[in-house]
Amino acid sequence: MSALLEVRDLRTTFPSSKRSAGPDDGLPVVDRVSFDLSSGEVLALVGESGSGKSMTALSILRLVPKPGRVVAGEVRLGGENLLDYPVTEMRRVRGTRISMIFQEPMTSLNPVVTAGAQVIEAIQLHDSIGYADARARTRELFVEVGIPDPDARLDAYPHQLSGGLKQRVMIAMALSTRPEILIADEPTTALDVTIQAQILALLRDLQRTRNTAILLITHDLGIVNELADRVAVMYAGRIVEVAERTQLLSNPLHPYTQGLLRSIPARSAAGDRLPEIPGTVPPPSQWPSGCRFSTRCPARFEPCADVMPEELRPAGGRRVWCHDVARNTNPQTDEHGEEEA
Amino acid sequence: MSAAPALESETLLRVEGLQTWYPIRAGVMQSRVGWVQAATDVSLELAAGRTLALVGESGCGKTTVGRSILRLETPQAGRIEFEGRDLLELDAEELRAARQRIQIIFQDPMASLDPRMRVRDQIAEGMRSFGIGANENERRDRVASLLERVQLDPDTMDRYPHEFSGGQRQRICIARALAVEPRLIVCDESVSALDVSIQAQILNLLRDLQEELDLSYLFITHDLSVVRYLAHDVAVMYLGKIVETGPTESLFRDPAHPYTQGLLAAIPSIDPLIRGGAPPVLGDVPSPSDPPRGCHFHTRCASVMDRCRVETPAMFAANGRASRCFLSEPGGEDEGGA
Repeated sequence: MSALLEVRDLRTTFPSSKRSAGPDDGLPVVDRVSFDLSSGEVLALVGESGSGKSMTALSILRLVPKPGRVVAGEVRLGGENLLDYPVTEMRRVRGTRISMIFQEPMTSLNPVVTAGAQVIEAIQLHDSIGYADARARTRELFVEVGIPDPDARLDAYPHQLSGGLKQRVMIAMALSTRPEILIADEPTTALDVTIQAQILALLRDLQRTRNTAILLITHDLGIVNELADRVAVMYAGRIVEVAERTQLLSNPLHPYTQGLLRSIPARSAAGDRLPEIPGTVPPPSQWPSGCRFSTRCPARFEPCADVMPEELRPAGGRRVWCHDVARNTNPQTDEHGEEEA
Repeated sequence: MSAAPALESETLLRVEGLQTWYPIRAGVMQSRVGWVQAATDVSLELAAGRTLALVGESGCGKTTVGRSILRLETPQAGRIEFEGRDLLELDAEELRAARQRIQIIFQDPMASLDPRMRVRDQIAEGMRSFGIGANENERRDRVASLLERVQLDPDTMDRYPHEFSGGQRQRICIARALAVEPRLIVCDESVSALDVSIQAQILNLLRDLQEELDLSYLFITHDLSVVRYLAHDVAVMYLGKIVETGPTESLFRDPAHPYTQGLLAAIPSIDPLIRGGAPPVLGDVPSPSDPPRGCHFHTRCASVMDRCRVETPAMFAANGRASRCFLSEPGGEDEGGA
């Protein structure tokens, strides 16, 4: 099955403040990131702050804030590299083929334009249809995303809507152009837990009925479990592990993924001491030349700090980058090649 | 440890019938046109050396309760007894003394630290103000030992807050709170902004400190998974009122109030075999300036009965637990298909 979106060796850098940056001389906040997203699939990019997960999404859309820039790699959508597209062409891709929803629906909506008018405008921008038709389609979308009393809500201003309703409006707007890919960046992080459950259920239903591929950016492994088919775990700008959801949650291979899962309070019995990951993520300027998790890793040994681990492909379509996994793996199974790229 | 029989320990904080409403003003004359009913009839009890979690979603009033206890808000009614004295009746000088014993740690350490002040001075400021430490040297030594206690390098005391990570800044805030030897620390979403690996470090630290110093925590949070790890007792708030209280384990195992049940069910599980459940609570929280009649939760409750729309349920208590729901009323169930 060929992938809808293929990201290859993506590298996004910010100039280091110390010296003026040459062409490839910045701090790589996204470094050699590669993954596939298939049609109708939900892939989660998981990581803590500073892992590069949001910057990966922005790199795909070519929306990296200056002075950051994508310096290497490919983002192929349907075989064509988006990084080669002219700006106007890219703008069309953003509206029609890839849509994005953000953590803060309040800051993404225009406060002085009604919710309905904003969706109508988005539709008319990409489709040459009249106002009445666009309004009718907006109403249908409002119904589809579960907005109660849609007629009244069409004419409501954002401040008259709750956080959950605003996120539903954002989802309606994102879906209005029937994109192939929806990038959802922490879509429920700003919402209360009961509202979060509603939005997660909505995204799951929409993904099923529309077969839209979703790139889900989140720090929360519970949300991963609710929505994702596959998971890529990021740490300090790099992917450290990719696995199918149940494999990742029940049998994580990378020491960082293991630590992340263990430190979730819900997994610990009351009274137990919470297993910690010691230390903090180092700033990009202090990343080790080897495995970036090596400064905090309990399984660290001699090569870890200096040598970047190679990609390993254990069974089940998994990928992991770890010297410790490599030395504990039977050499026959970690050879490349029997599976497709 | 959480099962320790601490029933005999002294009650440090007792809140009774607390009401803190905010006036809504409008018009040229700024006349009052209504009230935001942030906290109504809130009662809580916290023993020395224990942790009480005050749990609820945004707008439920949990932060207002915390701020009222610190007298950062002025309640309209109720009692806030701390060490046996009503904080609402203290004069300015007595209140100042009491505030040394009650500290607060907020969600965002960057916003609660002064960016232009060395860490050492921020921690020592409270000591100076309350006359702790005979001279600057002594205070400096104390700052060093406090930093060590929260697992920061004492040599960093001359740095500024921006030179620390988020987790380290929260440790600084904890050191600053400890500097004045409090007995009660109000933790208002103190770990909510932290990454999960850092959150675990801070939660462990808070628990160690409690054990060592016999601290009490009022732990205000929306995150129930953190509550289970840290709190001995839980109070769940919804739209200005406490709807359920009880010991943590028993409340998690067998939540009585439909809202508590919904809150617990809404937490996404990390068990790969559990997913795809229907959302347990539908709709949005009504406005606290115009809460529904009867039970405040009736507009979203799956078990709603006719009387819930008109009658206000009391807290029905049994076996150390209490629930503000007619389903918990002694002998008052069996409505059948009402």
